[in-house]
Amino acid sequence: MTGVGRPEAEGNGRGYLADRGWRSWAFTLDHKRIGAMYLWTTTVFFLIGGVFALLLRLELLSPQARYFSNHAYNVFFTLHGAMMIFLFVIPAIPSGLGNFLIPLHIGARDVAFPRLNLASYWVFAAGFLVIIGSLVAPMDTGWTFYTPYSAKSAAAVTTLSLGIFLIGMSSILTGLNFIVTIHKLRAPGMTWHRLPLFIWGMYATSIIQVVATPVVGVTFLLLAAERIFGVGFFDPTKGGDPVLFQHFFWFYSHPVVYVMILPAMGIVSEVIPVFSRKPIFGYKAIAYSSMAIAFIGFLVWGHHMFTSGMSPLANKIFSFLTFFVAVPTAVKVFNWIATLYRGSITFESPMLYALTFIFLFIVGGLTGPFLGAMATNVQLHDTYFVVAHFHYTMMGGTVMGFFAGLHYWFPKMTGKMVNEKVARAAWALIFVGFNVTFFTMFIAGTRGMPRRYAEYLPKFQVENTISSIGSAVLAAGILVMCWNFLQGLRKGAAAPANPWRALSLEWKAASPPETENFHEIPVVTEWPYGYGTPKA
Amino acid sequence: MDNVLAFGAASSQAGRVDALFVMIAGIGGFFFFLTQGMLIYFAVKYRRRVPGRDNETPTITDHPLLEFLWILIPSLVVVAIFYYGWQVYTDQRIPYAGETEVHVTGKQWMFEVKYPDGRTAINEIRVPAGKPVKFLLSASDVLHGFYLPDFRVKMDMIPGRVTTLWVQPERPGSYQIFCTVYCGTGHSNMLAQLIVMPQAEYAEWLERGGREGGEAGGKEPLHARGERVVKGAGCLSCHAVDGKGKIGPNFRGLFGSTVPLEGGTSVTADEEFLRESITDPGAKVVKGYPNVMPTYKASMPPDDVRAVVEYLKTLK
Repeated sequence: MTGVGRPEAEGNGRGYLADRGWRSWAFTLDHKRIGAMYLWTTTVFFLIGGVFALLLRLELLSPQARYFSNHAYNVFFTLHGAMMIFLFVIPAIPSGLGNFLIPLHIGARDVAFPRLNLASYWVFAAGFLVIIGSLVAPMDTGWTFYTPYSAKSAAAVTTLSLGIFLIGMSSILTGLNFIVTIHKLRAPGMTWHRLPLFIWGMYATSIIQVVATPVVGVTFLLLAAERIFGVGFFDPTKGGDPVLFQHFFWFYSHPVVYVMILPAMGIVSEVIPVFSRKPIFGYKAIAYSSMAIAFIGFLVWGHHMFTSGMSPLANKIFSFLTFFVAVPTAVKVFNWIATLYRGSITFESPMLYALTFIFLFIVGGLTGPFLGAMATNVQLHDTYFVVAHFHYTMMGGTVMGFFAGLHYWFPKMTGKMVNEKVARAAWALIFVGFNVTFFTMFIAGTRGMPRRYAEYLPKFQVENTISSIGSAVLAAGILVMCWNFLQGLRKGAAAPANPWRALSLEWKAASPPETENFHEIPVVTEWPYGYGTPKA
Repeated sequence: MDNVLAFGAASSQAGRVDALFVMIAGIGGFFFFLTQGMLIYFAVKYRRRVPGRDNETPTITDHPLLEFLWILIPSLVVVAIFYYGWQVYTDQRIPYAGETEVHVTGKQWMFEVKYPDGRTAINEIRVPAGKPVKFLLSASDVLHGFYLPDFRVKMDMIPGRVTTLWVQPERPGSYQIFCTVYCGTGHSNMLAQLIVMPQAEYAEWLERGGREGGEAGGKEPLHARGERVVKGAGCLSCHAVDGKGKIGPNFRGLFGSTVPLEGGTSVTADEEFLRESITDPGAKVVKGYPNVMPTYKASMPPDDVRAVVEYLKTLK
């Protein structure tokens, strides 16, 4: 069968990986290749960011600075945070897996604007190069860039701001592209209520990217103007307000937390039904709760600032709204658990990571109210409790969702299978290492250990030592996982088109998919979760 | 009120925050065991026992009553938590009558303390027990944080603004103060003590104009007084006396040595250089160290500066 409505394209009939040579990658307009480039790039950043984390944990083995100077420690935690947030968790799932999967999921040949898509990758890469350039005077401001420190710091904050500005621009282009793609390129019969939940998650994510990212772009421009021209937006001696920066910063950076987590929730919503052989429970609730989270997420940035001298009334309003983000999030968790009920569950690696996502995300979610309630927030703000909380949601959530997605779609992306035994061993190390590393931080934080401390009081040494040991186990697990992926890529068994016997459209394409995905655009007649019925 | 989570709770307010903490932990614990329990129970109970038998699962796609309940119940629970969190917080923010006022300014990297009667101190705040204290917080360079873990409170210190924090210390003792807003190289060395004194002792201490017993004796050797000043003025946050590297130059062996300066020149570390480095640290910056030290011109009386120089001379 030939392509519908257009002459047979050159790549048609061959897997998208068939072309060789760097030009076939650098100038590709294929969403799958662009997605793959994002996945490689962001995964490398994840590993570099992880090395910084290990350096931090190494130093924290002893209360006194032993291996690094205080300044070096501050640079490491800044780079760890900035790389993980801006170069990994924000782009990895949307730009990596999202690019790869959105057209396949909705039965399209590509995204709406393939050239814009390629441009977004190269803008991202340019942003990364600028950030590398800023390492001549490495940043020590923390990834939050709070003024006045960031305005005064001798580090290359201006250069780094430009890099993050570019990365933000790439994020906006990707979001726009996805919104148009989801609106305009759905296959015949793919109604909104037949969209896979990953697409719902990506749709909500894209809206946040398009609406919130310009704010951070402008904020970094203001910061650059402050540093270059001494304008004084944030300088009290010139009539500015140092806290204003925090408002701008969190107006973007809080919603962007949901850019990180919503796509991962989408992945979990895909994986749980497949490995339970059950229809997803409460499809509409999961879909609409993504939209609700995206919307409410814009109204709660002030909860990062309860101790910043904001008026008690503002604190109350932000606290109240914050609690309402918890409700749609809780609904999703209940729906996933309900999907398991009376299922026929198997525990291949994607499912293990999806269940781990739920497990760790529940811990992250239930420790949220401590920080949402004002009085306990005042106690715990800027302590290790917060560090533990956001690692449970960001790493326990987003990263586990990402791992679930990588294991789930690896056969589709590469045409190869990974070694399942090794994958499970890596999972066990990651699960144990993660909890040892981060649960301990809840205790240290409750006992009063502030975050971003290169040196700490000896009374916190037990917690820090346990946490550092956990981080080594976690790192070992991640190394085993990476090794397993590389082995799978090199000599994994050939993957069938649909190894997990899933029902969504991407599994109807070949493994790996051909350049334009489908010989003939499929006609969709039902939703993608009809498991358990005899014809499935 | 005391409980297992009360790590050194030192005020009645701390007890209320701990009670809130325990309440949230209780509710959270309940939902933790409920959800994780169901997750694990379902995963084990409904695991596939017979390979290939996977097309016999029931089609359950929704359940309106159940879904309504699990929107309603979490909503009520979070409103309850919000309400108690707000109540306890509001209590903390209500001004007390008859409070002791203390001005604290955050500086890279020390807490500068000023009492209304003109007494000053660095990294040490003395207040009476059983009476409310009002901290008037500000910062002179970048953001800092004022965190009293034993009192379960903190407040940011902001340049160009005065923020306030009230506590009522109940138990005499020495309590840790941390800086919690990241403020640069010496952030984790920016530590101070809140010393809560029994009221009689505090009154006596005030009588003596804020000096320790023995301190006013006048027989103290100058270098011993210098050592006391160095320890009290926060110098050791940045400078080591044991030959190790820190943010600033090491004190041991400093006096009399030839010190290379930024810009290529060098200077002999004599009495005048040491004095100038305390009162005008930006004048001659030692090579390899950032020009970050604040001036002690206003906060360290000339006698104390002389004493510090004498002390530094003893560190051979």
